[in-house]
Amino acid sequence: MDYQRPNHVETPEEQARVQRSEWQYLKIFVVVVVAIVLVAAISFGMQVNKSMGELAKERPAAAPAQTAQKPATAPASPTPATAAADAAKPAPAAATPATSAAKAPAAASTAAFAPPAADAIPDGPMGDVIRRGEQIFLHTSTQAKAFVGNTLNCVNCHLDAGRAAHSAPLWGAYTQYPAYRSKTKSVDTFSERLRGCFMYSMNGKAPPPGDEVLVALEAYAYWMSKGAPVGEKLPGASYPKLAKPAQAPDYARGQKVFNAQCALCHGDDGQGQRSGDVQVFPPLWGKQSYNWGAGMHEVDKAAGFIQANMPLGKGHTLSDQDAWDVATYINSHERPQDPRFTGNIADTRKRFHDSAFSLYGQTVNGQQLGQGTQ
Amino acid sequence: MGPNYSHNTMRHPHTRPLRRLGAAWPWALLLCAAAQAQTTNPQQGEQIANNGLPPTVASCASCHGAKGQGMAAFPPLAGQGTSYLRSQLDAFADGSRGNPIMAPIAKGLTSQQRADVVAYFASLPSGIAATPGQADAKDKGAWLVERGRMRDGIPACARCHGPGGAGVGEHFPAIAKLSASYMQAQIDAWKKGSRPPGPLGLMEGIAKKLSSDDVNAIAQYYAGALGAAKP
Repeated sequence: MDYQRPNHVETPEEQARVQRSEWQYLKIFVVVVVAIVLVAAISFGMQVNKSMGELAKERPAAAPAQTAQKPATAPASPTPATAAADAAKPAPAAATPATSAAKAPAAASTAAFAPPAADAIPDGPMGDVIRRGEQIFLHTSTQAKAFVGNTLNCVNCHLDAGRAAHSAPLWGAYTQYPAYRSKTKSVDTFSERLRGCFMYSMNGKAPPPGDEVLVALEAYAYWMSKGAPVGEKLPGASYPKLAKPAQAPDYARGQKVFNAQCALCHGDDGQGQRSGDVQVFPPLWGKQSYNWGAGMHEVDKAAGFIQANMPLGKGHTLSDQDAWDVATYINSHERPQDPRFTGNIADTRKRFHDSAFSLYGQTVNGQQLGQGTQ
Repeated sequence: MGPNYSHNTMRHPHTRPLRRLGAAWPWALLLCAAAQAQTTNPQQGEQIANNGLPPTVASCASCHGAKGQGMAAFPPLAGQGTSYLRSQLDAFADGSRGNPIMAPIAKGLTSQQRADVVAYFASLPSGIAATPGQADAKDKGAWLVERGRMRDGIPACARCHGPGGAGVGEHFPAIAKLSASYMQAQIDAWKKGSRPPGPLGLMEGIAKKLSSDDVNAIAQYYAGALGAAKP
């Protein structure tokens, strides 16, 4: 271009002509810049997605599928409420596709046990204690404050005040005790089982044996179980056991499900939402949620609960795959330390979390889980 | 950005477009980004709320009360979540929420004006206390609000609308001060499909399971609970 020639003094006409031609370049330049920015933004976004997907594959998040290949190991980690093989247990040859959206709540649930009407608690001294148990169950963090270390309430995971089938109902648990539990390596009574709820799910401390809180909760469970056969695994007890997912559970896919289906109530940060002094939507991770020793931290239990019950009022609408993925995402976040912590994450994992369904001690997004929250 | 640009130009009077652009294009991109995010002006919103935009847009206050507290069958707007208010105003404007009174008003507001009005009402106190209530077997409304009817797939109202029906966050509006007739009209609208299903279709799904008897009991319970709470 001759206008770059040294020692050449431009006339005004030349300048004008050159500027006109530069405006042409400018237009092209703007188009190119916009195109580059767009391409860069898109490819950056894809890279982020991709790297998260890769991370997810490397992580144990994918592990549930590996163990699911030998389903015999799954019952080795008993469900906290009943230690029961669930009535909705999938057939061993679980080759069914995971996309069972809007599937009917398993044939078994049509015959789910019917507890007494919720408003039929009797009057009198027994009724008073049953009602007290009901109130503790609904408002645990205020009604049993001394034993609760987070903002959860029993009813958050045991819906309809512990009455709802497929939500580990009290009537499905009460008749299963006393029972040997591998978690405690002893035969526990129902009351002892309740103490575990306070230690782990409520991240608090166990009420002393015979404490008024335990008596009231047991009375409530006893009343609700009227007519339930002792020692029988009732349909709708515990959380449903989902079939092995078609694809290994994945953090990145789970995050998408979370943002689309869960964040509305539980918040983008999973911390739930409050109104006044009340925790309306429960936190799903972090220091106000269940700790690493709680049953819900295991991906299979969380997935079963979620598929059957979430979003609240729209249970059985997520596909099994979505439930596995989002349970993996939720349980890939840090939460309060397991109270049985030995001082070493790897050792604690080996002793208490040697399960493909536990992400405790696994590394997610470069962070080893199991640090606990302060 | 402006001063920097003119400073360059003054130092180099013959600076050509390309070179000038070289300094300016990052700022231009920033400007574009800023234009995307709508900034709101609650004071402007208050003007519209109180005076409307004569002659087409009536003032909000004339039906919803001087402080958005609601009047008769006109629902309160004060303290409702920004997202909720905005989505409803937009739904009135695009017709997905059918309402002959609100449609021309919403259509008469620009996007900016809607944002301003919403910001104004969201900033006002709702006057509803987030006080937990108590289920009562003898009071159908109390039971539905506090416990729901889960055997029919109806979660407790308080599960999402919070204690005292005071609303929760951006998306779950306060419902405690709604009149029975307004509540019933909304339930009917969801049943008929003349109101958008709302986030995740949660409320549409629940509305289809509620009888008019249920709705009336819920409205009565809230009215009573609020009446008891306030002298």
